[in-house]
Order: sequence, then C-alpha cells, then structure tokens
Amino acid sequence: MSQSYNRGLIEDFSRWREFEAGMWAWIFHKFTGWVLIGYLFTHIAVLSTAIPASGAETAVLQAGNDVYTQTIVSLEGLLLVRVLEVGLLAVAVFHMLNGARLLLVDLGVGLESQDKSFYASLILTGAITVASVPTFIAGAF
Amino acid sequence: MAQRYSSFEAGGRMWLLQRVTAAFLLVVLAFHFFLLHFVHHADEVSFLMSSGRMETMSYYSLMVLFLLTATFHGVNGVYNALINQGLTGTKRTVVKWTLVAASVVLVLQGIRTANAWAGIPLY
Repeated sequence: MSQSYNRGLIEDFSRWREFEAGMWAWIFHKFTGWVLIGYLFTHIAVLSTAIPASGAETAVLQAGNDVYTQTIVSLEGLLLVRVLEVGLLAVAVFHMLNGARLLLVDLGVGLESQDKSFYASLILTGAITVASVPTFIAGAF
Repeated sequence: MAQRYSSFEAGGRMWLLQRVTAAFLLVVLAFHFFLLHFVHHADEVSFLMSSGRMETMSYYSLMVLFLLTATFHGVNGVYNALINQGLTGTKRTVVKWTLVAASVVLVLQGIRTANAWAGIPLY
C-alpha cells in the first residue's frame, strides 16, 4: 500500500534539528536538482556558440579561432570555472546516487536500510569527487 | 504488518516518466561526464572535435534523447518541487505553462546546436 507523508516546508529552518537521514536526503536531492536544471540551461546557452561558429572558414576552425572553441577554452582557463565544475560533479554524483537509492526504494528494495544507503551515497559522492579533482583541474595552472 | 513503502500512485503517468527518465539519465549522464572529462579533457575542446562526435548518427541521436529526457526530468522536478511547496490555482497554471515554454526553448536551442555540429542545415 502506498503512503504519502506531509514533510512540511523546508523553509521552516528551525526544524532542521529534528531531521533524520531521509529528510536530509530529500533536501539534498531537491537542492542538487535545482542546481542541475539551472546548469542545463546555462550549458546549452554556452554550447550555442557552436551555431555562429559553424559558419566559420575551415582554416579558422582548424586553428581553433572560432567563437565556440575560444569561448570554451577561455572559460576552462579560469580556475574558478574548474572549481565550479568539481562542484557540479559533486552535485551530479550525489543526485545520481541518491536517485538510484530512491528508484530502489520505489521498487521495494532497501527501505529498512534507507538511512544507511543515504550515508553511503554521501561517502561515495565525496570519494568520487576527491578522486576526480586531478582530472578536472589538469591544465588549469 | 509491515507495509511496503513506495511513492507510486495508480495512474501517475508523469510519476512513471520521471522514474523512467531517471534510469536513462543515470547511465547517459555518467557516460557524458566520463567521455567529456576523462576520455577527452575539458581544456582540449574544439569545434571540430565536438563536430566529429556529433556527425555520428548514434551519438547525435543519443545526445538529442539525452537533451529531451534531461529537460523533462529537470523541469518536471522543478514543477513537482513547487507543488510540494504549496503552488496551487492560477499560479500553478501560469508556472506550468512558463515551464513548458522554457522547455520548448531549451530543446529547440539544444537541437539547433547539435545540428550546427552535425552539419545538418536546420539551425
């Protein structure tokens, strides 16, 4: 049988002391979701520079002097962008791992250990993020 | 008796789509990150390399499907979050159609960009 819960508003900040693992998972999933959809719109806007670039001469494209290549290379040259990309990875990995946890719970798997799987999602997110830092920062200095 | 918890409700087509797109995005987003950050590196991006990938029909169609599912999953997620915060009535209708319009713009712009790389003259 399905049940629904009134979780109340997360804007009632004073409630945070009462929160258990599942509530934190819900808040983090919501927050990371907002970040990801915001990023998707930004991502497509930046990639859209490929539209004017596609009209450039072959020689310009080969030299990487088109507006798309120049936009991406300049952005990737900024340390701030690289750091934000690591943040994006962390946000995406958490949303994916916690999302997999939610899919499993919806399929009836692992509800009794939903708090442990939330902690596992957090730890794995941390580990994957830290392990990815060298790759994401490479060439930024 | 222990009850099996699920957020499933009968007839919830959007509920199901949110989960089907989630399962698809889990795999494709991981592939996207892996290909564009670990196989290729962010500071080596060039128009010709992006173009070379997008000229392959399987990659192009996967990326278009990725765009469609990510837009649906993200925008429907925002809509659900707002309803959860108590959005009702006229405001809900206005927000719904604003989100639909934003999704259409995002998908069209994404496909125009993919077409520019793929050399499809529809942009």
